[in-house]
Amino acid sequence: MDQILTNTGYLFQYPVLNLAFIIDGIMIGSLFALAAYGLALVWGVMNVKNLAQGDFVIAGGYCSWWLVKTGWLQSIGLSDNAVALLGVPIAFVVMWGIGWMTYKLIITRVIERDLFTSLLATFGLAIMMAQILNLMFGSDTQSLQLDYKTYSFAGGFINLPMAKVIGTCMAAGLAVAVIIFMKRSRMGQAIRATAQDSRAARVMGIDTEKVYAFTFSLNAAICGAAGAIIVMVWVIQPFYGITYSVRAFVIVTAAGLGNLPGVIAAGLGIGAAEQYGAHIFGIGYQQAIAVTLLLIVLFFRLLQQRRKRQALN
Amino acid sequence: MNIKTTMLSMAAVAGVAMGTSAAAMDCETITLGAAISLTGKYATNGVHAQNGYEFAITKIKENGGIMVDDQCYNFNVIYYDDESKGDRGATLAERLIQQDGVQYMLGPYSSGLTKAIAPVTEKYQIPMVEAEGASRSLFNQGYKYLFAVLSTSEQYLASAITLAAEKAEAQGRAASDVTVAIAVENDPFSLDIRAGVMEDAERYGMKIVVDEKLPRDLSDMTSILTKVKLVKPDVLVVSGHSKGAATAVRQIGEQGVKVPMIAITHCEAADVVGNFGENAEDFLCSTQWAETLTYEDPIFGSAANYEQEFKANYTEYAEKTVPYQTAQASAAVYVFKDAFERAGTLDKDAVRDAIAETDLKTFYGDIKFSEAGNNIAKPMVLRQIQDGKYNVVAPSAFASHEVNWPRN
Repeated sequence: MDQILTNTGYLFQYPVLNLAFIIDGIMIGSLFALAAYGLALVWGVMNVKNLAQGDFVIAGGYCSWWLVKTGWLQSIGLSDNAVALLGVPIAFVVMWGIGWMTYKLIITRVIERDLFTSLLATFGLAIMMAQILNLMFGSDTQSLQLDYKTYSFAGGFINLPMAKVIGTCMAAGLAVAVIIFMKRSRMGQAIRATAQDSRAARVMGIDTEKVYAFTFSLNAAICGAAGAIIVMVWVIQPFYGITYSVRAFVIVTAAGLGNLPGVIAAGLGIGAAEQYGAHIFGIGYQQAIAVTLLLIVLFFRLLQQRRKRQALN
Repeated sequence: MNIKTTMLSMAAVAGVAMGTSAAAMDCETITLGAAISLTGKYATNGVHAQNGYEFAITKIKENGGIMVDDQCYNFNVIYYDDESKGDRGATLAERLIQQDGVQYMLGPYSSGLTKAIAPVTEKYQIPMVEAEGASRSLFNQGYKYLFAVLSTSEQYLASAITLAAEKAEAQGRAASDVTVAIAVENDPFSLDIRAGVMEDAERYGMKIVVDEKLPRDLSDMTSILTKVKLVKPDVLVVSGHSKGAATAVRQIGEQGVKVPMIAITHCEAADVVGNFGENAEDFLCSTQWAETLTYEDPIFGSAANYEQEFKANYTEYAEKTVPYQTAQASAAVYVFKDAFERAGTLDKDAVRDAIAETDLKTFYGDIKFSEAGNNIAKPMVLRQIQDGKYNVVAPSAFASHEVNWPRN
């Protein structure tokens, strides 16, 4: 208890801490939001709750890491930094391909089945992906250290490591690109139509099978890009996927399906809330805070809906 | 890839063994059993341990095998892959004992797996010498058949506290003025480390200013580092396996955290020097064993000699330092050899009693077991990363270099 009071005291004693936590929270949240974003798509459009979400993230991370370590691109004169940054779009493309194959092999067979089947299938997929990565790359933790500077402000309390800033910008760029794509392009419209009512969409001549394949590939690609950013700012290991799966589920559940900007907002919010929570209660309670927030959101939503129902009566 | 290299290396060992079998022609075989993590999250270290077992078996064979009552024997190990899962480990231990008739066991990798297997070996009264389970909680269960050659986990970073006290006193401050920040993962191994650090800090009357438990799925520790910047401790202790080590080294560098002494575990496993270069400078890293130590024995020679010969046999280690996980696995096999020879019989209870009375000097350090079965003769070693190299700086009896203090 004393600890909690002292920690809260610091927030008032050094107001700049608040800014530091919010900035860190946004940088962290943006990466979680990216994985959640893909999940919201797949969940909303195909009604598949993809438990292998985090493993796609990790696979994307390994894709970029491997690219830097093999040194092929360095041999034509690119620096390590450039290859790592290039790893993000490359991971996007590679994971697109893997996502498409996964769809054709597995997801297409479970999509019309009940919830339990798709959960089991993606759970199995998650286990398999982790083990395949483990056999391919070993179980050591890996990361890419870019040689960028850290900029410090406010007496060293606010730190902006360039790698993290670049990662956040890339995540934001990708999110914006996907939102525009969903709003403007024909395929985006088809995806939204399928999400609303797949039968009606089919009647209108939309090839829903193609839409599903596209959506799932897009999800894998977004996760891949997120992983390629994560390997630059944190560490990856074949079995760390579950962290991202859990966060993605919490964020999507809190934001609601089909609400893509909401997913981003929830992601950033959870990032910041976790930073505050970790400071006040201790970092061990970080995830508990995210889940408590989710409960509160769900509770309020329930209340809201009840009120709506009464109004309708 | 891993599996392939393992198979290759096993083939290499087999080749070496064949070359020497002429000398050991009429030796019989003693079969040991081991469930070890060859796949799953502990696969890397599981394979390190297996290589250590196999290397020791080859070396013992080259040196004339094990002489029990004027009959010569060689070791052979039946391995099963426990997939890094406790329940699987326990099942495989049953299978080794019940179906394969194994009478003596070598340990698995990690405290968790050892904890899963020990009740089984205990039930069947099968002596197990383990080399990779350091948790203190393994040795307060009253197990009679479990022996560990390595130092228990509460000792991992405790020597950093002693070192900090020495430095403070050299500076004319009281040791009790030293403040300590602790951030350890919430698992039995890291909590043991925390307990050890707390005990030593209490002994000196030091104040613990940060005491955080890292979640298992930690990805970012900036909030702890911000707190560390606020309270400015003299010592920062971090333990969270490879992930904790990598995250700590990277983010302490990124955030420009200035603490005079930072001690962490798993530096080698996370390859903090290779991955983070400059950022890893002056970190203190705990280790069970280092090839620069002055230990030696008649089978493996000196610690440096062990490293050299091991690298010659297992070429995949040529570019890196031989991990201590490998060295201690070899030491465990050596303990069995010594115990069989002293027991003078293959009876498992006699062998168990002989193991309990072990008092052995090895390339890995001295080995002598307490009542509880842990090794009380070997200290933990603290190395500091200096110009990208791991140099032994504590305890002072083994130090080859002065500690850089304060850091930065």
